[in-house]
Amino acid sequence: MELFAEKSILTVTQLTGLIRGVLEENFDQVWVEGEISNLAMPHSGHLYFTLKDAGAQVRCVMFRASSRALKFKPKDGMGLIVRGRLSVFEPRGEYQLIVEYLEPKGIGALQLAFIQLKERLACEGLFAESHKKPIPKLPQRIGVVTSATGAAIHDILNVLDRRFANVQVLIRPVKVQGEGAAGEIAAAIRDFNRYREIDVMIVGRGGGSLEDLWAFNEEVVARAIFDSRIPVISAVGHEVDFTIADFVADLRAPTPSAAAELVVKSKAELAAELDALTHRLGLAMRRSLDGHWGELNALTRAVKDPSLLLGRLAQRVDDLDERMRRAVRHLLLRRGEKAAFLQNRLRLQNPALQVEQGKELLLGYSARMEKGMARLLERARQETAVNAGKLQALSPLATLARGYSIVRKLPEMTVVRNSGQVEPGDLLDLTFQQGGVRCRVETKRG
Amino acid sequence: MAVEKFETALKKLEEVVRKLEGGELPLEESLKAFEEGVKQAAFCSKKLNEAEKRVELLLKQKDGSFVREGFRLDDE
Repeated sequence: MELFAEKSILTVTQLTGLIRGVLEENFDQVWVEGEISNLAMPHSGHLYFTLKDAGAQVRCVMFRASSRALKFKPKDGMGLIVRGRLSVFEPRGEYQLIVEYLEPKGIGALQLAFIQLKERLACEGLFAESHKKPIPKLPQRIGVVTSATGAAIHDILNVLDRRFANVQVLIRPVKVQGEGAAGEIAAAIRDFNRYREIDVMIVGRGGGSLEDLWAFNEEVVARAIFDSRIPVISAVGHEVDFTIADFVADLRAPTPSAAAELVVKSKAELAAELDALTHRLGLAMRRSLDGHWGELNALTRAVKDPSLLLGRLAQRVDDLDERMRRAVRHLLLRRGEKAAFLQNRLRLQNPALQVEQGKELLLGYSARMEKGMARLLERARQETAVNAGKLQALSPLATLARGYSIVRKLPEMTVVRNSGQVEPGDLLDLTFQQGGVRCRVETKRG
Repeated sequence: MAVEKFETALKKLEEVVRKLEGGELPLEESLKAFEEGVKQAAFCSKKLNEAEKRVELLLKQKDGSFVREGFRLDDE
């Protein structure tokens, strides 16, 4: 260079300026890998660190405009690959790398950011099972937070159409990828919570690359889902990988179509449940009627053959009669013995006066004996009446008191159990608890 | 909202069916229970099929209020 040839003398500033010019011209885009150390991040938002390996080190600065875009937090000791340009920090005469982009070595930047955020939110309890709300069984209006033009809404509406699901869908259209998408999604979730007129909300988008789905890994979205009072189904179209939104949501569907299926399926299940209950209702009623018919038939048989009941009644009366007779005989015997004894004593004492007295005594005894016998008969009669009363309770009349009636066909008075036994015009005799009627058959049912 | 009413009716229907299946009810009461069950089943069935299908956009206006607007897929 000419400068050196002419031996001109430079100031330090001039020299430094020259060096800076050379470096900036020749190293305006370099990729460097190394380990990060001496990391500092003051309030300015710029990032200062040293990148080193076993043999050397270089000072690095990442200005706020670039560092703001970082999804993850660099840490001392982390392996990095950085892209930047070389320059000179003139006040110190140090050269430094002005970093425009950096990513962790070995693992993608987004992946690292994902892991870091997931850990932090898990610690805070945003994924707690206990916080998850049940999904309503029969949602009538579903809110959908997604792009109005994307595949997700298309898939959801297709599924609902195919299943003839008569639900209402309310779409809150948002940007689902790129700058500002996460903010729009979070705002839409909060909007639905203010609007309130939906039963459940699907938040999602169709499949895409990790970068495309990134909005669903952002903290603002996670917090909006966590704060939602309306149950949220996440539906980010990426079968295998989970997003942060999936972890926070009350239910995770692998795709938007699957989310729609879940909503419709619960409805189909409810319809099946309703069918089963309705069937059981009919069955139980039929069984109940059968039971009552059985009871009625048993009673009708008893009415048809009253001699059965009368026979039992008569036997009871006979038994009581026999017992009464036995009691009377016994009494008479004992009284007779006593009379004989007295007569004997009388005879032994002999005086005529005593004979007279003895006669009176005898008369008295025989009168008491008659009274006693009458009392005994009365008691036996009462007992018979009580027993007859008990029998009454067993008779078909008691059943009539519970609201059943006995229907008999004239003139032979056979009990009618089904409509096949009668013809229109037949005379029927109906017996109620009180009285009865005679009526004529008009028409027959079944 | 309507969702809860449906679930309550379904629960009532289930109770009635249980009671009837117990087989202890006198004729008149079992008829009453049956009628009640039929009523609840009809309500549930109506609720299952009633809501009309509608797809709308929820848009936010400048003043922060919301407005609903009909929505159709472009390819329809």
